[in-house]
Amino acid sequence: MKILVCISNVPDTTTKITFTSNNTQFNAAGVQFILNPYDEIALARAIELTDGGNGTVTVINVGDVGTEPTIRKALAIGATDAVRVNAVAHDAWFVAKQIAEYAKANAFDLILTGRESIDYNGSKVAAMVGELLDIPSVSIIKKLDISGSHATVEREIEGGKEILSIPLPFIAGTAEGVAEPKIPNMRGIMSARTKPLQVIEPVDVALNLEVTAYETPAPRGQVKLVSADETAKLVDLLHTEAKVI
Amino acid sequence: MPVLVYTENAGGKFKKSIFEVVSYAKAIADAQSTTLTAISIGDVSADDLALLGKYGADKVLNVSADKLKNFVNQAYASVIAEAAKSEGADIVVLSNSFSGRGLAPRVGAKLDAGVADGAVSLPELSGGKFSIKKTAFSGKAFAVVELTSAKKVIALTPNSYQVVDKGTSAKVEDFSVDVKESDFKAMLKEIVRSTDKISLPDADIVVSGGRGLKGPENWGMVEELANLLGAATACSKPVSDAGWRPHSEHVGQTGIAVSPNLYIAIGISGAIQHLAGISRSKVIVVINKDPEAPFFKVADYGIVGDAFEVVPKLIEAVKAYKATA
Repeated sequence: MKILVCISNVPDTTTKITFTSNNTQFNAAGVQFILNPYDEIALARAIELTDGGNGTVTVINVGDVGTEPTIRKALAIGATDAVRVNAVAHDAWFVAKQIAEYAKANAFDLILTGRESIDYNGSKVAAMVGELLDIPSVSIIKKLDISGSHATVEREIEGGKEILSIPLPFIAGTAEGVAEPKIPNMRGIMSARTKPLQVIEPVDVALNLEVTAYETPAPRGQVKLVSADETAKLVDLLHTEAKVI
Repeated sequence: MPVLVYTENAGGKFKKSIFEVVSYAKAIADAQSTTLTAISIGDVSADDLALLGKYGADKVLNVSADKLKNFVNQAYASVIAEAAKSEGADIVVLSNSFSGRGLAPRVGAKLDAGVADGAVSLPELSGGKFSIKKTAFSGKAFAVVELTSAKKVIALTPNSYQVVDKGTSAKVEDFSVDVKESDFKAMLKEIVRSTDKISLPDADIVVSGGRGLKGPENWGMVEELANLLGAATACSKPVSDAGWRPHSEHVGQTGIAVSPNLYIAIGISGAIQHLAGISRSKVIVVINKDPEAPFFKVADYGIVGDAFEVVPKLIEAVKAYKATA
């Protein structure tokens, strides 16, 4: 089985997010970048599904040379090989076009990615790639099992789940529950240095979205403390002042 | 050219978040001096379809073909895109729900439209530009995106727009589309709904517990408080990682982002990743025995105290309040 895992290079979850140039640029100074946590889940499941020589896992990233440490991390975790599309990831549509182009030329049985990246949270790439390849896409899956030419997946819905049967090939966005992230071992780290990392040039894309500015949430006022013996006062404040109950 | 809004249903019923989407789409239609067409797919009663008119739809397209009774992402995206074409709609609005997140990008790709996901405000129209504010960095920030394409798809974050009862009514028309067979490859086998609980993304009030609760056996009081308030229950990442609570309750940067009217955090210290997921809550109450817990810095109300002492008292206070209300 040939699996393609789409990975994203994102600010570490502990990052305090700030902006520069009059709030038009993300301030990357001093920020540690990591493999998107949801993509780690996709990668871990792909490695499990191809365990014991039962296929290959290719990771693909759209990014400049600065994303290579993250790509090497994916190789260290256990991907077979990697592809970097040599372009700054403008937005989900740009990224989806690049991935679809590569996937068209290299038939995969399954394409996985995280449910969303933790920077722009769009959850868009999987469905866009699905549309561009005219294959099913399923967003936010919590379980993925494959038997022969079909997969059984559990998809999250508000207040429950759906269980679907989908023929390969398809693309899915993974969340917690699909697999536990894998930590690279020393052998993985050593072998990652020599695993193939192919760099390809991007295709042209007609862009339709520009990020023009950023905002940070308005700060909240000072907390109003109530003593542990005055829970009735808290309830009253929530009713009369905050008007939320 | 009308605005088109897709109104998803859950088991034949519309949730509050869908009426938010209709009200939001109506405001966009008004700003564009045009009408609003809603499209409903599945098995929805005439009474429920009429509600779409009440919240602002001028016309409702009702797709009730047997094959489309259950949600199939690919097929629904085709139906919505075809409806947009037949209505001549340049703007398509839907909910940034779990299903909406799978639909919006496909509809966008079909229509050659830019997709603004996770929208939290109405579009700003100035100097011929069409800009929308959306959530970014998992709740730590917002990004303003400009859609430069002629056609646009907008997915609205739940709890971001007030439902407006227009008291109007819509004419309902049957609508049918030929959907290609290959759009039905994904087969729904089963829907499992936990009907006894309020779903976290839809909840107006959320009661959330952290490691301070010491173990899954202590969640009884969290659930009791949630039941009394008509709230959903949630938890922090260490709690779901430890298996005390299901992953579907994990709120935070790598879990669900919520935006309820009231978020009550019990025994959660307030790590930056957790705060990201709750930053859009309107009012935050924190109960923690550590007065230095970072959560107090973003809280509106706080009680410094042991959860095992405070929560039972809070439950009594809520009961007393409900008895007099």
